[in-house]
Amino acid sequence: MNKGLASPSGLLETWVAERCPAAASKWFRDQLALLRANPSDKTTYLALGYATRRLGKDDLTLSAEDLASAERARAGWDPSDWSVDQAARLAFILASYDVDASRFRDRLEQLFRTADVGELITFYRGLPLYPEPQLHIARAREGARSGMQPIFEAVAHRNPYPAEQFDENSWNHMVLKALFIGSTLAPIQGLDRRANPTLMRMLCDYAHERWAAGRAVSPELWRCVGPHADQEALDDLGRVLKTGDDRDRQAAALALGTASSSAAKRLLDTVPSLAAETKSGRLTWATFAAT
Amino acid sequence: MFIDSHTHMISRTTDDYQRMAAAGIVACIEPAFWLGQPRTSVGSYIDYLSLICGFERFRAGQFGLRHYCTIGLNSKEANNEELAEAVMEILPRYALKEGVVAIGEIGYDEQTALEDKYYRLQLELAKELHLPVMVHTPHRDKRRGTLRSMEVAKEHGLDPGYVVIDHNNEETVRDVLDRGFWAAFSIYPFTKMGNERMVEIVRTYGAERIFCDSACDWGVSDPLAVPKTAELMRRGGISEDQIRKVTFENPLAAYGQSGQIKESDWLEPPAIDQRTLYMGNSVLRGGQAPVVDERASDNLKIV
Repeated sequence: MNKGLASPSGLLETWVAERCPAAASKWFRDQLALLRANPSDKTTYLALGYATRRLGKDDLTLSAEDLASAERARAGWDPSDWSVDQAARLAFILASYDVDASRFRDRLEQLFRTADVGELITFYRGLPLYPEPQLHIARAREGARSGMQPIFEAVAHRNPYPAEQFDENSWNHMVLKALFIGSTLAPIQGLDRRANPTLMRMLCDYAHERWAAGRAVSPELWRCVGPHADQEALDDLGRVLKTGDDRDRQAAALALGTASSSAAKRLLDTVPSLAAETKSGRLTWATFAAT
Repeated sequence: MFIDSHTHMISRTTDDYQRMAAAGIVACIEPAFWLGQPRTSVGSYIDYLSLICGFERFRAGQFGLRHYCTIGLNSKEANNEELAEAVMEILPRYALKEGVVAIGEIGYDEQTALEDKYYRLQLELAKELHLPVMVHTPHRDKRRGTLRSMEVAKEHGLDPGYVVIDHNNEETVRDVLDRGFWAAFSIYPFTKMGNERMVEIVRTYGAERIFCDSACDWGVSDPLAVPKTAELMRRGGISEDQIRKVTFENPLAAYGQSGQIKESDWLEPPAIDQRTLYMGNSVLRGGQAPVVDERASDNLKIV
Protein backbone atom coordinates (compact mmCIF):
# COMPACT_ATOMS: atom_id res chain seq x y z
CA MET A 1 0.00 0.00 0.00
CA ASN A 2 1.27 3.47 -0.76
CA LYS A 3 1.46 5.11 2.64
CA GLY A 4 1.45 8.54 1.07
CA LEU A 5 -2.16 8.12 -0.02
CA ALA A 6 -3.59 6.80 3.25
CA SER A 7 -6.85 8.36 4.44
CA PRO A 8 -7.14 9.88 7.93
CA SER A 9 -9.27 6.96 9.12
CA GLY A 10 -6.79 4.46 7.65
CA LEU A 11 -3.94 6.19 9.47
CA LEU A 12 -5.84 6.26 12.76
CA GLU A 13 -6.58 2.56 12.49
CA THR A 14 -2.96 1.70 11.76
CA TRP A 15 -1.58 3.85 14.58
CA VAL A 16 -3.97 2.42 17.18
CA ALA A 17 -3.54 -1.20 16.08
CA GLU A 18 0.25 -0.90 16.04
CA ARG A 19 0.34 0.38 19.59
CA CYS A 20 -1.95 -2.14 21.28
CA PRO A 21 -1.38 -5.73 22.35
CA ALA A 22 -2.92 -8.35 20.07
CA ALA A 23 -6.14 -8.89 22.05
CA ALA A 24 -6.85 -5.17 22.34
CA SER A 25 -6.00 -4.67 18.70
CA LYS A 26 -8.41 -7.41 17.71
CA TRP A 27 -11.16 -5.88 19.83
CA PHE A 28 -10.50 -2.53 18.13
CA ARG A 29 -10.75 -4.00 14.63
CA ASP A 30 -13.87 -5.98 15.55
CA GLN A 31 -15.60 -2.78 16.69
CA LEU A 32 -14.65 -1.06 13.44
CA ALA A 33 -16.18 -3.92 11.46
CA LEU A 34 -19.37 -3.79 13.53
CA LEU A 35 -19.67 -0.05 13.07
CA ARG A 36 -19.11 -0.27 9.33
CA ALA A 37 -21.78 -2.94 9.04
CA ASN A 38 -24.33 -1.20 11.25
CA PRO A 39 -23.56 1.92 13.26
CA SER A 40 -26.41 1.40 15.72
CA ASP A 41 -26.64 3.46 18.90
CA LYS A 42 -25.69 0.55 21.07
CA THR A 43 -22.64 -0.48 19.03
CA THR A 44 -21.44 3.10 18.97
CA TYR A 45 -21.87 3.75 22.71
CA LEU A 46 -20.24 0.47 23.66
CA ALA A 47 -17.27 1.01 21.36
CA LEU A 48 -16.75 4.57 22.58
CA GLY A 49 -17.39 3.61 26.21
CA TYR A 50 -14.93 0.74 26.27
CA ALA A 51 -12.20 2.53 24.29
CA THR A 52 -10.22 3.80 27.28
CA ARG A 53 -10.78 0.54 29.17
CA ARG A 54 -9.62 -1.70 26.35
CA LEU A 55 -6.95 0.43 24.71
CA GLY A 56 -5.65 2.73 27.46
CA LYS A 57 -4.77 6.39 27.29
CA ASP A 58 -1.10 6.34 26.37
CA ASP A 59 0.21 9.04 24.08
CA LEU A 60 0.34 8.04 20.42
CA THR A 61 3.82 9.58 20.16
CA LEU A 62 3.78 9.71 16.39
CA SER A 63 7.00 9.79 14.39
CA ALA A 64 7.91 12.63 12.02
CA GLU A 65 6.99 10.28 9.19
CA ASP A 66 3.54 9.62 10.72
CA LEU A 67 2.94 13.34 11.09
CA ALA A 68 3.95 13.88 7.47
CA SER A 69 1.42 11.21 6.44
CA ALA A 70 -1.21 13.03 8.49
CA GLU A 71 -0.41 16.29 6.74
CA ARG A 72 -0.66 14.60 3.34
CA ALA A 73 -3.95 12.91 4.23
CA ARG A 74 -5.51 16.13 5.45
CA ALA A 75 -3.72 19.47 5.18
CA GLY A 76 -3.23 21.04 8.60
CA TRP A 77 -4.18 17.92 10.55
CA ASP A 78 -1.85 17.80 13.56
CA PRO A 79 -2.31 14.76 15.84
CA SER A 80 1.11 15.29 17.49
CA ASP A 81 -0.31 15.33 21.02
CA TRP A 82 -3.14 12.82 20.59
CA SER A 83 -3.55 9.74 22.75
CA VAL A 84 -4.43 6.18 21.75
CA ASP A 85 -8.02 6.37 23.03
CA GLN A 86 -8.61 9.63 21.15
CA ALA A 87 -7.38 8.13 17.89
CA ALA A 88 -9.48 5.01 18.45
CA ARG A 89 -12.65 6.90 19.26
CA LEU A 90 -12.29 9.04 16.17
CA ALA A 91 -11.62 5.95 14.06
CA PHE A 92 -14.92 4.56 15.42
CA ILE A 93 -16.78 7.74 14.61
CA LEU A 94 -15.39 7.89 11.09
CA ALA A 95 -16.18 4.21 10.57
CA SER A 96 -19.85 4.96 11.12
CA TYR A 97 -19.95 7.39 8.17
CA ASP A 98 -22.00 5.99 5.32
CA VAL A 99 -22.08 8.77 2.69
CA ASP A 100 -24.92 10.65 4.38
CA ALA A 101 -23.14 13.64 5.93
CA SER A 102 -26.17 15.14 7.66
CA ARG A 103 -27.03 11.84 9.31
CA PHE A 104 -23.39 11.64 10.39
CA ARG A 105 -23.68 15.14 11.86
CA ASP A 106 -26.93 14.30 13.69
CA ARG A 107 -25.44 11.18 15.23
CA LEU A 108 -22.30 13.04 16.22
CA GLU A 109 -24.43 15.75 17.82
CA GLN A 110 -26.11 13.11 20.00
CA LEU A 111 -22.68 11.88 21.06
CA PHE A 112 -21.59 15.42 21.89
CA ARG A 113 -24.67 15.96 24.05
CA THR A 114 -23.98 13.02 26.33
CA ALA A 115 -20.17 13.15 26.19
CA ASP A 116 -17.84 13.10 29.18
CA VAL A 117 -15.01 15.57 29.29
CA GLY A 118 -12.48 13.24 27.64
CA GLU A 119 -14.89 12.50 24.83
CA LEU A 120 -15.60 16.20 24.31
CA ILE A 121 -11.91 16.90 23.85
CA THR A 122 -11.67 13.99 21.41
CA PHE A 123 -14.74 14.88 19.35
CA TYR A 124 -13.61 18.50 18.99
CA ARG A 125 -10.13 17.40 17.98
CA GLY A 126 -11.78 15.38 15.24
CA LEU A 127 -13.37 18.45 13.59
CA PRO A 128 -10.97 18.55 10.61
CA LEU A 129 -11.74 14.90 9.81
CA TYR A 130 -15.52 15.03 9.53
CA PRO A 131 -17.29 15.04 6.15
CA GLU A 132 -18.92 18.27 4.94
CA PRO A 133 -17.01 20.53 7.33
CA GLN A 134 -19.53 23.38 7.09
CA LEU A 135 -22.15 21.20 8.81
CA HIS A 136 -20.13 21.34 12.03
CA ILE A 137 -19.63 25.09 12.43
CA ALA A 138 -22.26 25.60 15.15
CA ARG A 139 -20.81 22.72 17.19
CA ALA A 140 -17.26 24.04 16.74
CA ARG A 141 -18.37 27.48 17.91
CA GLU A 142 -19.93 25.85 20.95
CA GLY A 143 -16.55 24.32 21.78
CA ALA A 144 -14.79 27.64 21.34
CA ARG A 145 -17.25 29.18 23.81
CA SER A 146 -16.47 26.54 26.46
CA GLY A 147 -15.33 27.63 29.88
CA MET A 148 -13.19 24.51 30.11
CA GLN A 149 -9.76 25.35 28.80
CA PRO A 150 -8.96 21.86 27.43
CA ILE A 151 -12.24 21.85 25.47
CA PHE A 152 -11.55 25.31 24.10
CA GLU A 153 -8.05 24.26 23.13
CA ALA A 154 -9.33 21.12 21.42
CA VAL A 155 -10.99 23.46 18.93
CA ALA A 156 -8.49 26.30 18.90
CA HIS A 157 -5.09 24.60 19.08
CA ARG A 158 -3.35 22.48 16.42
CA ASN A 159 -6.57 22.40 14.50
CA PRO A 160 -7.01 23.71 10.96
CA TYR A 161 -10.81 23.85 11.28
CA PRO A 162 -11.39 27.33 12.78
CA ALA A 163 -9.18 29.16 10.29
CA GLU A 164 -10.95 27.37 7.45
CA GLN A 165 -14.54 27.67 8.65
CA PHE A 166 -15.03 30.45 11.21
CA ASP A 167 -16.37 33.78 10.05
CA GLU A 168 -14.52 36.88 11.15
CA ASN A 169 -16.51 37.48 14.31
CA SER A 170 -16.16 33.88 15.47
CA TRP A 171 -12.48 33.90 14.67
CA ASN A 172 -11.84 37.14 16.49
CA HIS A 173 -13.66 36.00 19.61
CA MET A 174 -11.76 32.73 19.63
CA VAL A 175 -8.42 34.54 19.55
CA LEU A 176 -9.48 37.03 22.21
CA LYS A 177 -10.86 34.25 24.37
CA ALA A 178 -7.58 32.32 24.16
CA LEU A 179 -5.86 35.28 25.81
CA PHE A 180 -8.73 35.88 28.21
CA ILE A 181 -8.62 32.38 29.67
CA GLY A 182 -4.83 32.33 29.92
CA SER A 183 -4.29 30.07 26.95
CA THR A 184 -1.74 30.65 24.19
CA LEU A 185 -1.97 31.88 20.60
CA ALA A 186 1.02 30.14 19.00
CA PRO A 187 -0.74 26.75 18.54
CA ILE A 188 -3.66 28.40 16.70
CA GLN A 189 -3.36 27.64 13.00
CA GLY A 190 -3.82 30.47 10.49
CA LEU A 191 -3.18 33.18 13.06
CA ASP A 192 -1.30 35.49 10.69
CA ARG A 193 -3.45 34.79 7.65
CA ARG A 194 -6.68 35.59 9.51
CA ALA A 195 -5.44 38.79 11.19
CA ASN A 196 -7.84 41.68 10.54
CA PRO A 197 -8.41 45.31 11.60
CA THR A 198 -11.36 44.49 13.88
CA LEU A 199 -9.33 41.92 15.79
CA MET A 200 -6.46 44.40 16.03
CA ARG A 201 -8.81 46.90 17.71
CA MET A 202 -10.37 44.29 20.03
CA LEU A 203 -6.94 43.18 21.19
CA CYS A 204 -5.63 46.70 21.79
CA ASP A 205 -8.78 47.52 23.79
CA TYR A 206 -8.22 44.35 25.78
CA ALA A 207 -4.61 45.36 26.46
CA HIS A 208 -5.85 48.71 27.78
CA GLU A 209 -8.34 46.94 30.07
CA ARG A 210 -5.54 44.81 31.48
CA TRP A 211 -3.23 47.80 31.93
CA ALA A 212 -6.01 49.70 33.72
CA ALA A 213 -6.38 46.79 36.13
CA GLY A 214 -2.63 46.70 36.70
CA ARG A 215 -2.37 43.27 35.07
CA ALA A 216 0.17 41.91 32.63
CA VAL A 217 -0.64 41.59 28.93
CA SER A 218 0.44 38.44 27.11
CA PRO A 219 3.09 39.55 24.60
CA GLU A 220 1.59 37.14 22.06
CA LEU A 221 -1.30 39.57 21.73
CA TRP A 222 0.79 41.90 19.54
CA ARG A 223 1.15 39.24 16.88
CA CYS A 224 -2.40 39.86 15.64
CA VAL A 225 -2.05 43.61 16.06
CA GLY A 226 1.05 44.20 13.93
CA PRO A 227 -0.25 43.57 10.40
CA HIS A 228 -3.17 46.01 10.78
CA ALA A 229 -1.76 48.43 13.32
CA ASP A 230 -3.22 51.93 13.12
CA GLN A 231 -1.67 54.96 14.81
CA GLU A 232 -3.28 54.17 18.16
CA ALA A 233 -1.96 50.63 18.03
CA LEU A 234 1.49 51.97 17.14
CA ASP A 235 1.31 54.15 20.23
CA ASP A 236 0.56 51.03 22.27
CA LEU A 237 3.50 49.20 20.68
CA GLY A 238 5.70 52.23 21.41
CA ARG A 239 4.60 52.03 25.04
CA VAL A 240 5.52 48.33 25.16
CA LEU A 241 8.95 49.02 23.67
CA LYS A 242 9.55 51.64 26.37
CA THR A 243 8.07 49.95 29.43
CA GLY A 244 7.89 46.21 28.70
CA ASP A 245 10.28 43.47 29.73
CA ASP A 246 12.52 41.65 27.25
CA ARG A 247 9.79 39.39 25.94
CA ASP A 248 7.29 42.21 25.61
CA ARG A 249 9.83 44.19 23.61
CA GLN A 250 10.66 41.24 21.38
CA ALA A 251 6.95 40.76 20.66
CA ALA A 252 6.46 44.45 19.92
CA ALA A 253 9.42 44.40 17.54
CA LEU A 254 8.06 41.33 15.77
CA ALA A 255 4.66 42.98 15.46
CA LEU A 256 6.19 46.15 14.06
CA GLY A 257 8.12 44.05 11.54
CA THR A 258 4.81 42.92 10.04
CA ALA A 259 3.27 46.41 9.93
CA SER A 260 3.43 48.16 6.60
CA SER A 261 3.31 51.86 7.48
CA SER A 262 6.38 54.05 7.46
CA ALA A 263 5.50 55.15 11.01
CA ALA A 264 5.84 51.52 12.09
CA LYS A 265 9.23 51.27 10.42
CA ARG A 266 10.42 54.42 12.15
CA LEU A 267 9.27 53.06 15.50
CA LEU A 268 11.10 49.77 14.89
CA ASP A 269 14.26 51.70 14.01
CA THR A 270 14.25 53.15 17.55
CA VAL A 271 15.30 49.68 18.76
CA PRO A 272 18.07 48.84 16.27
CA SER A 273 19.26 45.58 17.88
CA LEU A 274 15.74 44.09 18.01
CA ALA A 275 15.08 45.37 14.49
CA ALA A 276 18.20 43.58 13.28
CA GLU A 277 17.13 40.33 14.96
CA THR A 278 13.72 40.35 13.32
CA LYS A 279 15.12 41.25 9.91
CA SER A 280 17.78 38.54 10.03
CA GLY A 281 15.19 35.90 10.98
CA ARG A 282 16.97 35.09 14.24
CA LEU A 283 13.81 36.26 16.02
CA THR A 284 10.50 35.03 14.57
CA TRP A 285 7.12 34.26 16.12
CA ALA A 286 8.14 30.61 16.00
CA THR A 287 11.39 31.15 17.92
CA PHE A 288 9.51 33.49 20.26
CA ALA A 289 6.94 30.80 21.08
CA ALA A 290 9.64 28.18 21.56
CA THR A 291 11.48 30.15 24.25
CA MET B 1 -3.97 10.71 51.31
CA PHE B 2 -7.74 10.51 51.66
CA ILE B 3 -10.64 9.59 49.40
CA ASP B 4 -14.05 11.11 50.04
CA SER B 5 -16.32 8.57 48.41
CA HIS B 6 -19.56 10.54 48.65
CA THR B 7 -19.58 14.23 47.70
CA HIS B 8 -22.05 16.38 45.76
CA MET B 9 -19.43 18.81 44.56
CA ILE B 10 -21.77 20.60 42.16
CA SER B 11 -23.19 22.29 45.29
CA ARG B 12 -19.82 23.19 46.79
CA THR B 13 -17.63 26.22 46.32
CA THR B 14 -14.07 26.59 45.14
CA ASP B 15 -13.11 27.27 48.78
CA ASP B 16 -14.21 23.74 49.56
CA TYR B 17 -12.08 22.30 46.78
CA GLN B 18 -9.06 24.25 48.02
CA ARG B 19 -9.54 23.12 51.59
CA MET B 20 -10.11 19.52 50.57
CA ALA B 21 -6.91 19.47 48.50
CA ALA B 22 -4.98 21.15 51.32
CA ALA B 23 -6.30 18.54 53.78
CA GLY B 24 -4.91 15.73 51.63
CA ILE B 25 -8.04 14.55 49.81
CA VAL B 26 -6.84 13.25 46.44
CA ALA B 27 -10.08 11.93 45.01
CA CYS B 28 -13.79 12.42 45.44
CA ILE B 29 -16.77 10.49 44.15
CA GLU B 30 -19.96 12.29 43.14
CA PRO B 31 -22.99 10.00 43.24
CA ALA B 32 -25.85 10.94 40.93
CA PHE B 33 -28.70 12.17 43.09
CA TRP B 34 -31.60 14.61 42.98
CA LEU B 35 -31.01 18.36 43.22
CA GLY B 36 -32.83 19.04 46.47
CA GLN B 37 -36.01 19.25 44.43
CA PRO B 38 -37.33 16.84 41.83
CA ARG B 39 -36.49 17.22 38.17
CA THR B 40 -39.41 17.53 35.80
CA SER B 41 -37.89 16.23 32.58
CA VAL B 42 -35.29 13.84 31.26
CA GLY B 43 -33.54 16.77 29.61
CA SER B 44 -32.44 18.16 32.95
CA TYR B 45 -31.29 14.68 33.92
CA ILE B 46 -29.14 14.45 30.79
CA ASP B 47 -27.56 17.81 31.51
CA TYR B 48 -26.94 16.79 35.12
CA LEU B 49 -25.25 13.51 34.21
CA SER B 50 -23.17 15.32 31.58
CA LEU B 51 -22.21 17.87 34.22
CA ILE B 52 -20.91 15.32 36.70
CA CYS B 53 -19.03 13.49 33.92
CA GLY B 54 -17.84 16.73 32.39
CA PHE B 55 -17.50 20.19 33.88
CA GLU B 56 -17.33 19.03 37.51
CA ARG B 57 -14.49 16.66 36.66
CA PHE B 58 -12.64 19.50 34.99
CA ARG B 59 -13.34 21.84 37.91
CA ALA B 60 -12.02 19.35 40.47
CA GLY B 61 -8.90 18.77 38.38
CA GLN B 62 -8.04 22.45 38.56
CA PHE B 63 -7.79 22.13 42.35
CA GLY B 64 -5.75 18.96 42.25
CA LEU B 65 -8.57 16.53 43.02
CA ARG B 66 -9.48 13.60 40.85
CA HIS B 67 -13.24 13.47 40.41
CA TYR B 68 -15.29 10.32 39.82
CA CYS B 69 -19.01 9.74 39.79
CA THR B 70 -21.72 7.12 39.99
CA ILE B 71 -24.62 6.99 37.57
CA GLY B 72 -28.17 6.13 38.50
CA LEU B 73 -31.78 7.06 39.05
CA ASN B 74 -32.23 8.02 42.70
CA SER B 75 -35.03 6.62 44.83
CA LYS B 76 -36.91 9.90 45.21
CA GLU B 77 -37.25 10.55 41.49
CA ALA B 78 -38.03 6.89 40.84
CA ASN B 79 -41.51 7.82 42.04
CA ASN B 80 -42.15 9.91 38.92
CA GLU B 81 -42.81 7.05 36.53
CA GLU B 82 -42.74 9.04 33.31
CA LEU B 83 -39.40 10.60 34.25
CA ALA B 84 -38.05 7.31 35.57
CA GLU B 85 -38.80 5.46 32.34
CA ALA B 86 -37.03 8.12 30.28
CA VAL B 87 -34.03 8.15 32.61
CA MET B 88 -33.68 4.38 32.43
CA GLU B 89 -33.41 4.73 28.64
CA ILE B 90 -30.42 7.05 28.85
CA LEU B 91 -28.52 5.48 31.78
CA PRO B 92 -26.64 2.98 29.57
CA ARG B 93 -25.18 5.91 27.65
CA TYR B 94 -23.54 7.17 30.84
CA ALA B 95 -22.72 4.02 32.75
CA LEU B 96 -19.53 3.39 30.78
CA LYS B 97 -18.21 6.94 30.80
CA GLU B 98 -14.68 7.39 32.03
CA GLY B 99 -14.55 7.71 35.82
CA VAL B 100 -17.97 6.16 36.46
CA VAL B 101 -17.17 3.89 39.40
CA ALA B 102 -20.61 2.49 40.21
CA ILE B 103 -24.32 2.48 39.56
CA GLY B 104 -25.72 4.69 42.30
CA GLU B 105 -26.88 6.08 44.51
CA ILE B 106 -29.91 3.87 44.20
CA GLY B 107 -32.21 2.14 46.67
CA TYR B 108 -35.20 3.10 48.75
CA ASP B 109 -36.62 6.32 50.10
CA GLU B 110 -40.21 5.52 51.15
CA GLN B 111 -39.97 1.91 49.92
CA THR B 112 -42.70 2.34 47.30
CA ALA B 113 -43.46 -0.09 44.48
CA LEU B 114 -41.89 2.24 41.92
CA GLU B 115 -38.73 2.63 43.99
CA ASP B 116 -38.53 -1.13 44.17
CA LYS B 117 -39.02 -1.52 40.42
CA TYR B 118 -36.25 0.88 39.42
CA TYR B 119 -33.88 -0.32 42.13
CA ARG B 120 -34.16 -3.82 40.71
CA LEU B 121 -33.75 -2.69 37.10
CA GLN B 122 -30.61 -0.82 38.01
CA LEU B 123 -29.17 -3.76 39.91
CA GLU B 124 -29.55 -5.72 36.68
CA LEU B 125 -27.78 -2.97 34.74
CA ALA B 126 -24.89 -3.00 37.23
CA LYS B 127 -24.63 -6.76 36.90
CA GLU B 128 -24.61 -6.61 33.12
CA LEU B 129 -21.85 -3.98 33.07
CA HIS B 130 -19.84 -5.48 35.98
CA LEU B 131 -20.07 -2.25 37.93
CA PRO B 132 -20.21 -1.87 41.70
CA VAL B 133 -23.39 -0.48 43.25
CA MET B 134 -23.73 2.38 45.71
CA VAL B 135 -26.89 1.92 47.78
CA HIS B 136 -28.49 4.92 49.44
CA THR B 137 -30.25 3.64 52.55
CA PRO B 138 -33.43 5.47 53.58
CA HIS B 139 -33.36 8.11 56.29
CA ARG B 140 -36.75 6.96 57.61
CA ASP B 141 -37.54 3.38 58.54
CA LYS B 142 -33.82 2.91 58.08
CA ARG B 143 -33.15 -0.53 59.46
CA ARG B 144 -35.95 -2.25 57.54
CA GLY B 145 -35.04 -0.36 54.38
CA THR B 146 -31.39 -1.32 54.72
CA LEU B 147 -32.17 -4.99 55.22
CA ARG B 148 -34.52 -4.95 52.26
CA SER B 149 -31.90 -3.28 50.04
CA MET B 150 -29.50 -6.12 50.77
CA GLU B 151 -32.07 -8.87 50.36
CA VAL B 152 -33.09 -7.56 46.95
CA ALA B 153 -29.47 -7.19 45.86
CA LYS B 154 -28.83 -10.82 46.78
CA GLU B 155 -32.05 -11.91 45.12
CA HIS B 156 -30.72 -10.40 41.88
CA GLY B 157 -27.52 -12.35 42.25
CA LEU B 158 -25.19 -9.47 43.05
CA ASP B 159 -21.96 -10.28 44.83
CA PRO B 160 -22.12 -8.38 48.17
CA GLY B 161 -18.46 -7.50 47.62
CA TYR B 162 -19.64 -5.32 44.72
CA VAL B 163 -22.24 -3.47 46.77
CA VAL B 164 -21.62 -0.51 49.08
CA ILE B 165 -24.37 0.17 51.62
CA ASP B 166 -24.04 3.87 52.46
CA HIS B 167 -25.35 6.09 55.28
CA ASN B 168 -25.01 3.39 57.93
CA ASN B 169 -25.34 3.90 61.67
CA GLU B 170 -24.91 1.84 64.83
CA GLU B 171 -28.23 0.12 64.16
CA THR B 172 -27.38 -1.18 60.70
CA VAL B 173 -23.65 -1.82 60.64
CA ARG B 174 -23.70 -5.33 62.12
CA ASP B 175 -26.27 -6.61 59.60
CA VAL B 176 -24.36 -5.12 56.70
CA LEU B 177 -20.99 -6.55 57.70
CA ASP B 178 -22.46 -9.95 58.53
CA ARG B 179 -23.89 -10.22 55.05
CA GLY B 180 -20.58 -9.40 53.38
CA PHE B 181 -21.46 -5.94 52.02
CA TRP B 182 -19.30 -2.82 52.29
CA ALA B 183 -20.48 -0.50 55.07
CA ALA B 184 -20.03 3.22 54.43
CA PHE B 185 -20.76 5.95 56.96
CA SER B 186 -21.66 9.51 56.07
CA ILE B 187 -20.29 11.88 58.68
CA TYR B 188 -22.62 14.82 59.24
CA PRO B 189 -21.87 17.68 61.64
CA PHE B 190 -25.13 17.49 63.60
CA THR B 191 -27.28 14.54 62.58
CA LYS B 192 -26.81 10.99 61.37
CA MET B 193 -23.20 10.10 62.13
CA GLY B 194 -20.87 12.41 64.04
CA ASN B 195 -17.09 12.04 63.85
CA GLU B 196 -16.82 10.66 67.41
CA ARG B 197 -19.41 8.01 66.72
CA MET B 198 -17.36 6.92 63.73
CA VAL B 199 -14.32 6.43 65.96
CA GLU B 200 -16.39 4.19 68.22
CA ILE B 201 -17.63 2.18 65.23
CA VAL B 202 -14.06 1.46 64.15
CA ARG B 203 -13.09 0.64 67.72
CA THR B 204 -15.97 -1.85 67.91
CA TYR B 205 -16.06 -3.35 64.43
CA GLY B 206 -12.52 -2.84 63.17
CA ALA B 207 -11.69 -1.55 59.71
CA GLU B 208 -12.57 -4.43 57.40
CA ARG B 209 -15.10 -3.36 54.75
CA ILE B 210 -15.84 -0.12 56.63
CA PHE B 211 -15.21 3.38 55.35
CA CYS B 212 -16.44 6.91 55.89
CA ASP B 213 -17.45 9.79 53.62
CA SER B 214 -18.74 13.34 54.02
CA ALA B 215 -21.86 13.15 51.80
CA CYS B 216 -21.36 16.91 51.51
CA ASP B 217 -24.09 18.57 49.47
CA TRP B 218 -26.25 21.70 49.58
CA GLY B 219 -27.19 21.21 53.23
CA VAL B 220 -25.11 21.72 56.36
CA SER B 221 -22.29 19.27 55.79
CA ASP B 222 -18.52 19.23 56.03
CA PRO B 223 -16.31 18.45 53.04
CA LEU B 224 -13.43 17.93 55.48
CA ALA B 225 -15.29 15.23 57.39
CA VAL B 226 -12.98 12.42 56.22
CA PRO B 227 -9.64 14.02 57.18
CA LYS B 228 -11.15 15.29 60.43
CA THR B 229 -12.41 11.84 61.31
CA ALA B 230 -8.95 10.45 60.53
CA GLU B 231 -7.48 12.93 62.98
CA LEU B 232 -10.02 12.02 65.65
CA MET B 233 -9.29 8.34 65.14
CA ARG B 234 -5.58 9.06 65.55
CA ARG B 235 -6.20 10.91 68.82
CA GLY B 236 -8.47 8.07 69.89
CA GLY B 237 -5.68 5.56 69.53
CA ILE B 238 -6.89 3.85 66.35
CA SER B 239 -3.94 2.41 64.42
CA GLU B 240 -2.56 4.14 61.32
CA ASP B 241 -3.26 0.99 59.37
CA GLN B 242 -6.94 1.05 60.29
CA ILE B 243 -7.24 4.77 59.66
CA ARG B 244 -5.81 4.31 56.20
CA LYS B 245 -8.27 1.53 55.47
CA VAL B 246 -11.31 3.53 56.57
CA THR B 247 -10.36 6.77 54.85
CA PHE B 248 -8.57 5.56 51.74
CA GLU B 249 -7.97 1.90 51.01
CA ASN B 250 -11.47 0.51 51.46
CA PRO B 251 -13.34 2.94 49.19
CA LEU B 252 -10.54 2.46 46.65
CA ALA B 253 -10.92 -1.33 46.86
CA ALA B 254 -14.73 -1.22 46.67
CA TYR B 255 -15.07 1.23 43.78
CA GLY B 256 -11.77 0.15 42.19
CA GLN B 257 -13.61 -2.97 41.05
CA SER B 258 -15.04 -0.77 38.30
CA GLY B 259 -11.51 -0.43 36.88
CA GLN B 260 -12.19 3.31 36.80
CA ILE B 261 -10.39 4.51 39.93
CA LYS B 262 -6.82 3.61 40.83
CA GLU B 263 -3.98 5.13 42.78
CA SER B 264 -1.97 5.86 39.65
CA ASP B 265 -4.72 8.27 38.55
CA TRP B 266 -3.28 10.84 40.95
CA LEU B 267 0.22 9.49 41.57
CA GLU B 268 1.18 8.94 37.93
CA PRO B 269 -1.61 10.40 35.81
CA PRO B 270 -1.52 9.64 32.06
CA ALA B 271 0.36 12.27 30.08
CA ILE B 272 -2.79 13.27 28.22
CA ASP B 273 -4.55 14.03 31.52
CA GLN B 274 -1.60 16.01 32.86
CA ARG B 275 -1.68 18.19 29.76
CA THR B 276 -5.40 18.77 29.85
CA LEU B 277 -7.44 17.74 32.86
CA TYR B 278 -5.46 17.37 36.03
CA MET B 279 -3.37 20.06 37.62
CA GLY B 280 -1.92 17.77 40.26
CA ASN B 281 -2.35 17.87 44.00
CA SER B 282 -0.27 20.53 45.71
CA VAL B 283 -0.08 18.40 48.84
CA LEU B 284 1.42 15.54 46.88
CA ARG B 285 3.69 17.87 44.95
CA GLY B 286 4.95 19.94 47.84
CA GLY B 287 4.91 17.17 50.42
CA GLN B 288 3.79 19.65 53.08
CA ALA B 289 1.69 18.53 56.03
CA PRO B 290 -2.03 18.35 55.23
CA VAL B 291 -4.09 21.16 56.73
CA VAL B 292 -7.24 20.08 58.52
CA ASP B 293 -7.69 23.21 60.59
CA GLU B 294 -10.33 25.72 59.55
CA ARG B 295 -9.01 28.83 57.91
CA ALA B 296 -8.75 30.80 61.15
CA SER B 297 -5.86 32.88 59.89
CA ASP B 298 -7.72 33.65 56.67
CA ASN B 299 -10.83 35.01 58.29
CA LEU B 300 -9.79 38.62 58.30
CA LYS B 301 -7.66 38.60 55.21
CA ILE B 302 -9.03 40.97 52.60
CA VAL B 303 -7.98 40.19 49.08
